[in-house]
Amino acid sequence: MDHSGISVLFEGTNFERLLGGLWVTVKIAAVALIVGLILGIILGVLRTFKNRPLRVLLRLYLEFFRIVPTVVLLFLFYYILPRQLNFNLPGDQLATLVFALWVAAEMSDIVRGALISVPQHQRESGKAIGLNRYQLYRYVLIPQAISLEIPATINLATRVIKTTSLLMLISVMDVINIGQQIIEANNHTHPTGVFWVYGLIFLFYFLIDYPLSWWAKRLEKKRLERANG
Amino acid sequence: MKKKSFTRIIAAVSVFAALLLVLTGCGNAKKSSSQSNNPSSVQQIKKNGTIRIAVFGDLPPYGWVNKDGKRVGYDVTLAHQVAKDLGVKVKFVQVNANNRVDALNSNKVDLVLANFTVTPERKQVIDFAKPYMKVSVGVVSPKNKAITKASQLKGKNLIVTKGTTAENYFTSKQPNVNLLKFDSKTQQFNALKNGRGVALADDNSYLYAWSKDNPSYTVGIKSIGPKSYISPAVKKGNKSLLNWTNKEINKLTKQRFFVKDYNTQLKPYFGKEVKPSDIVLPVK
Repeated sequence: MDHSGISVLFEGTNFERLLGGLWVTVKIAAVALIVGLILGIILGVLRTFKNRPLRVLLRLYLEFFRIVPTVVLLFLFYYILPRQLNFNLPGDQLATLVFALWVAAEMSDIVRGALISVPQHQRESGKAIGLNRYQLYRYVLIPQAISLEIPATINLATRVIKTTSLLMLISVMDVINIGQQIIEANNHTHPTGVFWVYGLIFLFYFLIDYPLSWWAKRLEKKRLERANG
Repeated sequence: MKKKSFTRIIAAVSVFAALLLVLTGCGNAKKSSSQSNNPSSVQQIKKNGTIRIAVFGDLPPYGWVNKDGKRVGYDVTLAHQVAKDLGVKVKFVQVNANNRVDALNSNKVDLVLANFTVTPERKQVIDFAKPYMKVSVGVVSPKNKAITKASQLKGKNLIVTKGTTAENYFTSKQPNVNLLKFDSKTQQFNALKNGRGVALADDNSYLYAWSKDNPSYTVGIKSIGPKSYISPAVKKGNKSLLNWTNKEINKLTKQRFFVKDYNTQLKPYFGKEVKPSDIVLPVK
């Protein structure tokens, strides 16, 4: 074996295919995050209301999506529910749906936590000047909560991007799945190809996730600076 | 007044969200209920103009993706032929060994052509058509000390991987052979190279491919024990597609399609020692 494994990456259209897989990964994660964050903010606000049945219901929703492993959720939605309910979505749309529901659940808890950690006197002052509930949330609580929740939200985003690696289970052609195809296709001629393919995938994930976590750190630092004057 | 309107907005949003979920659910349910109760019947496939076939994407030379990003392999060639004879386009769904049954049962695919070995357990949950390939246990050994008969193994060390048909067969049918059991293919082949046993038993098709890359070894016993068959699979009770596939396999076997398929897809991997008749089923 004179060939170095790295040549596997550049044979034929291999590199473009990996990039295509990365695009699928990013697209699913991005759409799921946008939908999930919006839904999560609404649910998070609802969870700070005093309405007991509503809170119990949303709590159950959160716990379900937080406790059940994502692999099980994907399997459930892709293979088991269609059989029972006769509803059928292609793998990538279904993955987006499951991830969005999961993000919404996690996000609702982040938003709830941020809202109740806004100092009590802010809420009371708002009420004292005669703001109604909508105005209280719109002008007092949500603006202050946002800076508290942004680092946790970005952390959630990086987790979602990493978790897309499970999508090969439901036949989505994401970057890991394509990597596997390339590794197996070249295993006989380039046994070290596996190292390079996974190395490149690692680099891809790093390039997406690292700026996000850097951004989170910066925002957190800024917030602390502001808070401490 | 204002307070109420806010609650109303929230209520409206939640109702809307709920409706959306229900509607998407219903919309799809309606679509599938109007498609008769078998979405994978031959008639329905022809109406749709596409057949969805589950294949492997990482098992050369049966189903894999070449460097140009095209799906190729023994199973894939058959899939293209099936689609051509049905007069429809083919849509490949990549599966792995564990979700082949689920893909059929949840209507994700119409047909599975993914090196699917017929077993009694699988027969209970899906329907297999006529086989298009046979595999059995083979024994590979160094060329200079070739093992060609099972009797030569008596009292000697034979290398196998745990959980394979080979282990099963030698444990139950050849108790006087000492088995050295390993966890993975890599380990077992290394053990053979290091001389830990006189021979190694596994699925013969793997051994053919391996011995081609390791020319100092030979598959001395090509087939021992019960034969297993590889068949197309359809969802349990899908008589329409099952009957069509059976006819198709018969026709293709008569046309010697599988011999051609063997020569283009498998031969480059298996080397000269193996003949098409070791893999392809004879014309009846």
